[in-house]
Amino acid sequence: MTENSTPTSSQLRWTEFTVEALIRVLGFSTIGFVLLIFFFLLREGVPVFLEVPPGNLFGTRWYPTFDLFGTLPLILGSALVTVTAIAIALPLGVATAVFIREVAPNWAREILKPVIEVLAGIPSVVLGFLGMTLIAPLIRETLGAPTGLTAFTGALILAYMALPTIISVAEDALDAVPKSYRDAGLAMGATQWQTIWRVVVPAARSGIVTAVMLGMGRAIGETMAVMMVTGNAARMPLTLDSLFRPIRTMTATIAAEMGEVAQGSTHYHALFGIGIILFLLTFLINLAAASVMFKKRRRGGLR
Amino acid sequence: MNRYLTQHVGFILLGLSTLLVVVPILVVVGAIVVWGAGAISWEFLTAMPRGGMKAGGIFPAIVGTLLLTLGTAVAAIPVGIGGAIYLAEYARDTWLTRAIRLAIVNLAGIPSVVYGLFGLGLFVLFLGLGTSILAGSLTLAIMTLPIIISTAEESLRAVPTEFRTVSASLGGTRWQGIRNIVLPQATPGIITGVILGLLRAAGETAPILFTVAAFFLPRLPRSPLEQTMALPYHLYVISTQVPGMPLEIKYGTALVLLVLVLSMNVVATVIRSYFRRRRQW
Repeated sequence: MTENSTPTSSQLRWTEFTVEALIRVLGFSTIGFVLLIFFFLLREGVPVFLEVPPGNLFGTRWYPTFDLFGTLPLILGSALVTVTAIAIALPLGVATAVFIREVAPNWAREILKPVIEVLAGIPSVVLGFLGMTLIAPLIRETLGAPTGLTAFTGALILAYMALPTIISVAEDALDAVPKSYRDAGLAMGATQWQTIWRVVVPAARSGIVTAVMLGMGRAIGETMAVMMVTGNAARMPLTLDSLFRPIRTMTATIAAEMGEVAQGSTHYHALFGIGIILFLLTFLINLAAASVMFKKRRRGGLR
Repeated sequence: MNRYLTQHVGFILLGLSTLLVVVPILVVVGAIVVWGAGAISWEFLTAMPRGGMKAGGIFPAIVGTLLLTLGTAVAAIPVGIGGAIYLAEYARDTWLTRAIRLAIVNLAGIPSVVYGLFGLGLFVLFLGLGTSILAGSLTLAIMTLPIIISTAEESLRAVPTEFRTVSASLGGTRWQGIRNIVLPQATPGIITGVILGLLRAAGETAPILFTVAAFFLPRLPRSPLEQTMALPYHLYVISTQVPGMPLEIKYGTALVLLVLVLSMNVVATVIRSYFRRRRQW
């Protein structure tokens, strides 16, 4: 473009300039949203740390009507449900990913993948509803428990909600292992089974770790299904049978109680305080998952 | 010979695990379709709820969910596509770009109920929008952004660099190249991403709990600043808060929600595979 530019070309340059500025702003907006979310959680939630002494706040009893805001049973409730869910979903998810990627014939793969995608698309409230009407009675009868709404019921549903994430990320990781690795294993005289477990899966390890972390983040943050099937009793899950007793998670507490609290009350601040804990927890989990991914990318070669 | 036996048994176990994942999905969908189909009638889909929601239809909940999805689309599509264009076409690999990627990963991981808290704090109370369709749509829009941005960026990156080089060599500016060459090529992928994001918004309950959802409101909303019923919240209400609710109505509501969400899913999949097959490059 020369000095004596026509009006249209200067017009062009202006369009170019404004569009680029606009797109730049939109690109940076995601950072703004994260900061905005964190800011508003802090704004409404931090007062609770001033209003309630720490001994109470990290105590073992959550009875907001008696000014008892012990978050420990809620945190442990979330932990119990999440860990159990991952314990179910990890072996099942990795086995399914290996089957789909390494063993299944093409036609089976074409059927299995869309079915699993359907699971990812089912709204959590629908799964919660089915958990209440189908799974809870089943668990009540098989265990002889007074109620089927238990931590285990929640963990079971959470496991299935985490499965699509775990399977698809693990499958991508297996996909990224070069064919030469498999050929080398087979050429050494190993069976396909030995090659899968001693060569392919170890090579995809970091991707599988990412898959589990993302699944875990999903499980901790899940709200509706968990609220509907875990029975919502805020008690410390310390005994061995806790898994088969009602329990209350952090997410369910917020969802169940926010509708009834007075805006600006201590209880209201406490619920936002739980929101801060959840935000930081999922942030750390996703940061860890992302750093595994970024490291993997930087090392190059094998993804 | 023994290790081939191990392999045989191992493969069978892997297959059984896969069945353990897949069969419950089919059972769940099958149960909703079989038991929900009986509730579906013209009245159920187009009438107001009556008799403590135990009779009549779920029309306002269906309309509410469609309005929320529309509002989410209007707010999320421009920001999401703009953000994706920035990442795919303009951003260089600096710490700032990495911060954006981290922000997107983080947005995707924030629990839905925390989005609800945020929407309550910012849109409902601080900006004074009240519990309204507008507040709910904006909350859902921020939640769907990461899905739209990641899929849109991926489909923009899939357009070969040569397309941009050719546009530039003909004297096109960067934006002209993006608007006239790259975006049209990436459109099917972007549409797929948008639909996937919107179906997530349509099915979510937690973010609308405190920002828009009405327990019982047997009329249609008249402005974006009004509350509305919504399908997912309605299903939650009738399965936990209303004693003696006929099971058939619950299954019917679940079926309508499932059909809405899964049909969007199918549309997205069809668009993706149709254009992938037609693509020349």
